[in-house]
Amino acid sequence: MSRVAVLKGGRSLERQVSLRSGARVEDALERLGHQVVGIDVGGDVIERLRAASPDVAFIALHGQDGEDGTVQELLEVLGIPYTGSGVLGCLRSWDKVLTKHLLVEAGLPTPEFFALGETAFEELGARDALPAIEERLSFPIVAKPATGGSALGIKFAPAAGDVPAALVAAFSYGDRVVLERHVRGRDLAVSILDGAGAPVALPIVEAVPRDEDFYDFEARYEIGRTSFMCPAELPAALTERTHELALATYTLLGLSGFARVDLMLEQAGEELFVLEANAIPGLTETSLLPQAAEAHGLGLDELIGRIVELALERGPVGAVG
Amino acid sequence: MGGGRSARQPGEREDMPPTRSTSRDLERYAGLFASRTRVMRSSAMRDLMAVTERPEVISLAGGLPDTSTFPPETFAAMAQRVAAESCARALQYGPTEGLADTKACIAEVMAAEGMTVDNDDLIVTTGGQQVLDLVTKTLIDPGDVVVAEAPTYPGAVPVFSSYQADVVQIDVDENGMRVDLLDETLDRLEGEGRRPKFVYTVPSFQNPAGVTMSLERRRRLVEIARRRELLVLEDNPYGLLRYEGSPEPTLRSLDGGLYVMYLGTFSKILSPGIRLGWVAAPAPVLEKMNLGKQAADLCTSTLSQLMVRAYFDEADWRQYVDSLTEVYRARRDTMLDALAEFFPAEAEWTRPAGGLFIWVTLPDFIDTTDLLARALRDNVAFVPGEAAYLDGRGRSSMRLNFSGSNEDAVREGVRRIGKVVSEQVALYGTLTGVRPRTARAPEPHRHAPIAHNAVSPPPTGDPPAEELGAQVVPMRRRGRA
Repeated sequence: MSRVAVLKGGRSLERQVSLRSGARVEDALERLGHQVVGIDVGGDVIERLRAASPDVAFIALHGQDGEDGTVQELLEVLGIPYTGSGVLGCLRSWDKVLTKHLLVEAGLPTPEFFALGETAFEELGARDALPAIEERLSFPIVAKPATGGSALGIKFAPAAGDVPAALVAAFSYGDRVVLERHVRGRDLAVSILDGAGAPVALPIVEAVPRDEDFYDFEARYEIGRTSFMCPAELPAALTERTHELALATYTLLGLSGFARVDLMLEQAGEELFVLEANAIPGLTETSLLPQAAEAHGLGLDELIGRIVELALERGPVGAVG
Repeated sequence: MGGGRSARQPGEREDMPPTRSTSRDLERYAGLFASRTRVMRSSAMRDLMAVTERPEVISLAGGLPDTSTFPPETFAAMAQRVAAESCARALQYGPTEGLADTKACIAEVMAAEGMTVDNDDLIVTTGGQQVLDLVTKTLIDPGDVVVAEAPTYPGAVPVFSSYQADVVQIDVDENGMRVDLLDETLDRLEGEGRRPKFVYTVPSFQNPAGVTMSLERRRRLVEIARRRELLVLEDNPYGLLRYEGSPEPTLRSLDGGLYVMYLGTFSKILSPGIRLGWVAAPAPVLEKMNLGKQAADLCTSTLSQLMVRAYFDEADWRQYVDSLTEVYRARRDTMLDALAEFFPAEAEWTRPAGGLFIWVTLPDFIDTTDLLARALRDNVAFVPGEAAYLDGRGRSSMRLNFSGSNEDAVREGVRRIGKVVSEQVALYGTLTGVRPRTARAPEPHRHAPIAHNAVSPPPTGDPPAEELGAQVVPMRRRGRA
């Protein structure tokens, strides 16, 4: 059995969720007989990792530092194998602007969008371009921070007058904002787990909010606020297309180990859109990856065990390249 | 306040081997939850609050008294006295309603605020928070109406929610709850065939708004309660923490304890860690609360009760309150000065004469929950206003605490928040093409009454209209996500 450092918490806004994910992972690893060292990631993380000298690090750190490649880079410096995607995969999925441009370039569907930095408004008069953007995207428009894994800061602007406040809110979380066409429809999530040779798409989870008409931050992490259908009730051909699209996204972004791709199925037709990919999807009680794995016949313990095995097989990751 | 804390601390192990649990199991648990848990919810805001615990964050979010000046020798003498005089008693269960020894201390505190009370009128509780729970448990069936202030004490929100109360919130202005609106609202509710069970108010140095109910409104509230045979829960944790002016009579002293239930606590005048509060209420209500308390925890910690008794015997509690008052007055002044110096002209805030909090209202295009996320990047925290409402209002307000941080931290914290607010005001100006008002010249005590989304008209008399922010450029209401 191995000595596993579980990295969790940290300074990101998703700290609380990460602590919950970390606790679930630790429990699973203990049941599997691993020796577990939990590390709340802070200023002493290097010191603590050196002291623990783990065989592998399980990164259960959501948001900033965990999903943006920072911690991965540090683990590479220390020569410690780690779970999940490498630095480049993290960078590509962390930044929604980059993700969406890569999707567009590869011919994969993603809702039409424009991304603007705060300085574009402050210094380049981008405000004058807003009417053109609004015309292209049509209302309601979704404004969201370019980075961040949760629904924090995601705002709907039903009309032109609502756009400035939605932008101010989204800019609270980072200096770039994506303005996106709102796709009304079904909220689908495809979790992906690396298998022997090729990644495998797990059964699709559909999130059906119970009260709110938006799958918001609160609903996302709470038992009883959202119903989850897994596998989602979709015609076989559509399921297959959803899986293909998710796998194509996973490969395109260079993700590895495991990840989750979020998509929308437009109400009007059968058109699918990729919204984003998460390099470190939640592993809490209500998270989608554990649910999907279970529908696939993989309990939480097996899932966590598999992710650790993949990391050990890969071994220490060298310098980028 | 607080929020969903992690069940475990970093690196801590549980003693018992964890039991197996899967997402399917959790769905199974979810099927067992009572319907009231649907409204007991965590929130984005509370998750953000988890970040405020980090040591580098200046938190103006808590409601913490400063316990650092309490003399350790007094604490030691208290413990020594309990050990010498009542060891066996301190370790034993006590009566549900509390020890007579402790009730004598409570009578002393209440006398200091002009009230007399008999032992039979009191229950000693596990903090003031338990009073909120017991009163609600005693009076509220699902769907029953509770009338609260707008904004109200954020810690009362989960209590009312967990009993599935329908909470109707009445605006406050700088003279406390708008009792005129209360009367109108009660008429309306009566017209709908609904009779509220009780009115919840913090009349002095309100949490979160910092305002104090005027004598005239106090009289009128008591009169309304009597006329309509309606109970009032008067929550008075801060009454003795007054930094200027003279005290208003408590509602209980005006009403004689007929319709007013009075909530007191040792948390702000001695220690929140000791978890000791009390309720004085009409006998029939008290009897039911006593049964409720029996079910909840049998009795309040005997050890804590005897510690308080020993404290009153060992030390001059008034002197300690006076010393706290000195400390908090200076911190309040620091915060008011810093607000005037660092906040943009579009902001307004209350000027509390006591208590622990200042309530700041920003232009309505700023959502303070999002603003908190931004502020946390600069390592500073506050309570977003939405925590003080059950109806989604308050999203452009924030509660700032000045008692829990020293003067340097208060000033620096306000400076950092002021900076991000100014940035957002400027950004909004850039996005709309409307220039924000230019920064005003420093005015040490600029203040304004509570503004909630333009619902409350300015109170009669002072302050000057220019301070009300009414002529701020028209701002659109942010679209709710």
